[in-house]
Amino acid sequence: MQRYMTWLILIVVLTAFAVWVCLPSTTGIHIDNDNDGTEEFSLNVTQSLGLDLVGGLRVLLQAELPPGSFTLEDLQQTANNVARRVNALGVTEPTVQIQGSDRILVELPGIKDRAVAVSTIQQTALLEFVNMGGLRSQVQQLEGQQILTTEQLRIFSSRDIAGTPPGQVSPLTGQPFETVMTGAGLQSAAALTQVGDWFIQFEIAQDSQELFSAFTGASIGEPMGIVLDGVLLSAPTIQARLDTGGVIEGQFSEQEAKQLAVQLRSGALPIPLRVESAESVGATLGQESVNLSIRAGVIGVIVVLMFMAIYYRVPGIAAALALLVFIVLNFAVFKLVPITLTLPGITGFLISIGTAVDGNILIFERIKEELRSGSGLDDALEAGFERAWQSIRDSNLSTIILCVILFFFGLTPGAGIVSGFAVTLALGLVINLFTALIVTRTFLVVLVALLRRPLSQRAWLLGV
Amino acid sequence: MFSLIQKRRYFFLLSGIVIVLGLITMVYSLLTIGSLFRLSNDFVGGSIYDLRFTEDGATEESIRGVFTQVGDENVIIQPIAEPEERRWSVRGSFLDSQTSEQIIDLLDQQATLDRDSLRIDQVSATVGQEVARAAFVAVLFAAAVVTGFIVFAFRQVPNAFRYGACAIFAMIHDVLVVSGVMSLAGLILRWEVDALFLTALLTIIGFSIQDTIVLFDRIRENIPKHLGEPYETIINRSILETIHRSLATQLNAFFIMIAILLFGGESIKQFIAILFIGLVTGTYSSIFIAVPLLVAWEKGEIPLLRRFAPVAEAA
Repeated sequence: MQRYMTWLILIVVLTAFAVWVCLPSTTGIHIDNDNDGTEEFSLNVTQSLGLDLVGGLRVLLQAELPPGSFTLEDLQQTANNVARRVNALGVTEPTVQIQGSDRILVELPGIKDRAVAVSTIQQTALLEFVNMGGLRSQVQQLEGQQILTTEQLRIFSSRDIAGTPPGQVSPLTGQPFETVMTGAGLQSAAALTQVGDWFIQFEIAQDSQELFSAFTGASIGEPMGIVLDGVLLSAPTIQARLDTGGVIEGQFSEQEAKQLAVQLRSGALPIPLRVESAESVGATLGQESVNLSIRAGVIGVIVVLMFMAIYYRVPGIAAALALLVFIVLNFAVFKLVPITLTLPGITGFLISIGTAVDGNILIFERIKEELRSGSGLDDALEAGFERAWQSIRDSNLSTIILCVILFFFGLTPGAGIVSGFAVTLALGLVINLFTALIVTRTFLVVLVALLRRPLSQRAWLLGV
Repeated sequence: MFSLIQKRRYFFLLSGIVIVLGLITMVYSLLTIGSLFRLSNDFVGGSIYDLRFTEDGATEESIRGVFTQVGDENVIIQPIAEPEERRWSVRGSFLDSQTSEQIIDLLDQQATLDRDSLRIDQVSATVGQEVARAAFVAVLFAAAVVTGFIVFAFRQVPNAFRYGACAIFAMIHDVLVVSGVMSLAGLILRWEVDALFLTALLTIIGFSIQDTIVLFDRIRENIPKHLGEPYETIINRSILETIHRSLATQLNAFFIMIAILLFGGESIKQFIAILFIGLVTGTYSSIFIAVPLLVAWEKGEIPLLRRFAPVAEAA
């Protein structure tokens, strides 16, 4: 009995913690003892919902260059460019991921304007060399900022869109910065090192050499802006007239130099992206799915709880309580891991409720048999749990194994929804091993201890 | 004691008829639409548009007109739910996003579209093929793993192979029944086999194995307990002892599934319906196929396996 009291306390504490995690107002634990703004302990707890529930856009993009003509690094840079543009759209939690060797997956929850989003994502990188003559110290403040250039204006007006693109104009003239050359004029760029200093060496394509040479010759001592997708990456000062290429120095770390080189290359050799698959879900539709799932889940659970209590009486009540613990624990894990809930994911969870009670049913049927064959109450409980264990373990294990296979199948682009189902179902089965064998048992032993007298006189209370 | 086992021939016959009808349906489907099932865009590529209009004015013809206008000639248009909800599902070919945007704008001109309730799912043929290939691998892998699992679970029982084979046979039975139903639903109701159907199928396999294992566990436990009793009686006893559990479990799963079918979202209903059919089949096959098969094998009724029987009896 002592053992079960310990379990009961543990279960109550665990459930209380899980309930707290599940509360919509819980966003995590943030401890900042000395109030210096940096947290000593930080744990974010938020339930993330899949695109099919919040609405949004998922696009799988395929690099449209022959394989081998670009490296994984180039693809990564293309993905970074996409991520930067996507951030500019103001999406809350965008995901940009490389898939395989030539694909990028973009997820934009909550995005409304599908057309704008797709065209923004599909844009190839625009690299510009910009005349920043006359700006000396102000250049530092512009670094990393969005600036407006003549080339951007030209592209913008050719797209037939009203308004002007965002970006800062030149503080000297109040006009957009002048684009000298675009990435098309760049032949190659590489990060190199010499006695510990990192620099970037670049070469200019044949047909742009004249232009570049004339510009650099006329602007010695002035800064030249390197702009990628409107953002000023760096503004080195021109030291000499550059005919076929040159180097960019600037006390770069290895990482910075390599990054800038790859950024230059992504502008010189932009990887065009083709949409391989796209799914867009309206926000209302998502919200509706959430509401309908909650309604279906609540109704289903209530019926199951009632069935268990009516059919199995006192043990059924223990199982019903354990089922509530099971549900709360599941939701807490969803939030803690975190597991992104999708419609198939919620369905997987609901199905796991069905199997969660199966464990209890196996046990209770055993207990009933033991009681019928004349065992005492305590012996019957003991035997019921012991004997049912093997069946529960084996039967749950087979489904868990299939969930693992489903999960891997779901990693295929285009079959992603499958993973959500597999994860929640498998998780439910695992948590169920704990709730069916420990939580139900503890509740049942405690209930039996409390109701010993009525139970020994009225067998029907045990469902016999 | 009522004996289920004695009537095993009827159960085999019933299942045989259902499976043969399913196979005929699949062949018919292969001849008429070119595949065993109606395949969704998950596997063959294409676009699905779920539309909801906020006013009357759009008809099947007018929607078809819009798609024809942009060059997508062979679209399948179906109303979803009740007509007064003005919801439609359109299945067309894979188009670039500009064109599909143009389609949405043209539809919007016919009758105002609820853009927040719009769902567009586009899959290229390449991705479709990849998913189909992955699905095939997943099914093969699942079959192999489940077989291995059953052999492992029954490793200590005499004639482990026999139990394993019967469980697998029951599993194949379930897959065939569900596939037949799906093929028929594809022809009549235009249900499409998608990634979720495969999910349902593997889940069904899991549950079917689960049921069979519980039953076999009981048989394995009862054999030493009732030594001397005829095999058939032991088996019968085991079925009757576990039938409460099977029914109670099924009932609970049904409560949840019926709740989703009645009150849940439209997009998940086909998945649940298949799962539901599979679950019934899975329970049926454990009791009425796997176990009777075990008895038939034991008694040497399966002609092909007859020569193995004496060896088994010696064990």
